[in-house]
Amino acid sequence: MKILVCVKQVPDTTEVKLGSDLTLQRDFVAQVMNPADESALEFGLRLKDEQGGKLTVLTMGKPAAENMLRESIAKGADEGVLLTDAAFAGADTLATARTLSRAIAFLGGFDLVLFGRRAADGETGQVGAMTAQMLDIPCLSNVIAARLDEALTAEQLTESGVTQWRMPLPAALTFCEWSYALRLPTIMGLRQAKRVEIRKIDFAELGMERMSCGLHGSPTRVIHVDTRPVGVRPCQKMSVEDLLETSSWNDAVSKEDKQ
Amino acid sequence: MAQIAILERKCNGCGQCAKSCPFGAIDMNNGKPELNAACKVCGVCLKNCPQKAIVRLETKVESVDKTQWNDILVFAEVSGGQLHPVSLELIGKARELAKNVNFRVNAILVGRGVEPFAQELLHYGVHEVAVYDDPGLSFFRADAYACCVEDYIKLRKPSVVLVGATSLGRSLAPRLSTRFHTGLTADCTQLELRENTDLVQIRPAFGGNIMAQIVTTRTRPQFATVRYKVMNAPERSAEAAGTVLNRSIPKGVAESPVRHVSTEPVPAVESISDAEILVVGGRGLQKESDLEMIRELAGLLHGDWAVSRPLVEKGWTTNNRQIGLSGRTVRPKLIITFGVSGAIQFASCMNKSDHIIAVNSDGQAPIFEVAHIAVVGDLYQILPDMIRRIKEAQA
Repeated sequence: MKILVCVKQVPDTTEVKLGSDLTLQRDFVAQVMNPADESALEFGLRLKDEQGGKLTVLTMGKPAAENMLRESIAKGADEGVLLTDAAFAGADTLATARTLSRAIAFLGGFDLVLFGRRAADGETGQVGAMTAQMLDIPCLSNVIAARLDEALTAEQLTESGVTQWRMPLPAALTFCEWSYALRLPTIMGLRQAKRVEIRKIDFAELGMERMSCGLHGSPTRVIHVDTRPVGVRPCQKMSVEDLLETSSWNDAVSKEDKQ
Repeated sequence: MAQIAILERKCNGCGQCAKSCPFGAIDMNNGKPELNAACKVCGVCLKNCPQKAIVRLETKVESVDKTQWNDILVFAEVSGGQLHPVSLELIGKARELAKNVNFRVNAILVGRGVEPFAQELLHYGVHEVAVYDDPGLSFFRADAYACCVEDYIKLRKPSVVLVGATSLGRSLAPRLSTRFHTGLTADCTQLELRENTDLVQIRPAFGGNIMAQIVTTRTRPQFATVRYKVMNAPERSAEAAGTVLNRSIPKGVAESPVRHVSTEPVPAVESISDAEILVVGGRGLQKESDLEMIRELAGLLHGDWAVSRPLVEKGWTTNNRQIGLSGRTVRPKLIITFGVSGAIQFASCMNKSDHIIAVNSDGQAPIFEVAHIAVVGDLYQILPDMIRRIKEAQA
């Protein structure tokens, strides 16, 4: 069985530092694997432990993302593939999905394609479902647990409950954060990770049209960025004592008391 | 269509561009700036380059004929046998947008037993409601539902398609936009429609404390998801207007290989999105047990309690208590935050609350930009003090 886990490097938001202009200070922020992707990787590793097969970890990003792939290998993945090229720059979710799906076909296809349900930085949660659509395979999002026998069974978390689905392979799943806690590397794995060569694939090797990836292949454009976004309110500073006397406090609280 | 180019002969390697980039898309490599994959061509670096060494290159790209794509389509979600209120909010917003360019607003219902909701939607100013009602659509399957919406989009060619950013909508929208090779913008907090029918989609962006305006410039339809409680629901009019169009089920529905096994409903707990009063704890809380004070104050005010993202990451509570882009959007009558710094991902999901009171020891915290009332000081003094005073007043 061939298992693919698509992962992304994101800034470690648990240690965010904002500059005086309130933008993220990226120089000081470590890059880590997106938390939801960790769940996907751990599920893939458990499946491989139980049933065998080959687990590939795929990412698109800067050359520095190689480290994340090596860490994945240290934890049990068999190979890492890095899609990196200036031609991929500026990709929106559709162009990213198109590049990933092209790479998946290029690598010979997979029985199971696993994603995190969304990235902690962009938080769009679109790439997994888009990639699955391009591969024309079913995709279940917000998965909290899954198992594989003759077919794939997955539990999907929604606002109203947990739904169980069953589907044949090939299929794609997108996992919720913290549904499977990612294991630590092993000594053997660390040795392996040092030795192994990370396969780098560029735009030319994938044989993509320039108009189909990166910025050129993106239907959406950022046309303006507002750094004072939410609007600044004339905020009134006061003590707790004064606060409890204000009409806004009393209005809000008393209405509730009447119920 | 544009891209950013750095003119090497003008660049003196000062690094201002790398510092100013809100997306971290410029790396300094041996004293020279290099663009990486994160570039969104926002143009902030152009303004910040003292050497004027960065330019935006425009290239001509073919666009679809936008005049062939008209009207706005709202995906009306039915979940748990009820029309999701976000559907009405989207119809309200769609009608506002449609006015300027003389578009009509249509809605689509997909599922089993959804036909009765079509009559109800006719009270909200829609022109046509398309209905795909079939036992094969009993449970939401993204591929099957996408087949139905795709069928209707091909029939009516809407310029804009709005979908609620629920777990259902988030699965459906990307499958759909991909079928049409067009743009999708998630979690829009504001929408505007230009005269040329381009939809300006505004959303909190990527890591930094910024809002981005995003446009799907050359393809149609333009897909956007919007969360519950972000837009205003329209008034229900007493009279019904418009027509209902029952469509036959596309054959792709029966071809879906996904089978429903079981559904286990979680006990209906009140969502923080529905609370009228919210007390919120943030990073300023030092230990898990301090959340007890947050809960106590919420109890005294007959409200509910919530948290910001760091506390979920620490494992103190679950995601359904979290306000923010990776949690819920809220719009209560009163919200009181303790030790929340107010990053854009948080602020943009609560800034429409009626009264915002923020308590933070840092007088410069961004939360005070959205708050109506600021209490600057140590939450470990202010919170117990507040609890004591309210108890005295209630006694």
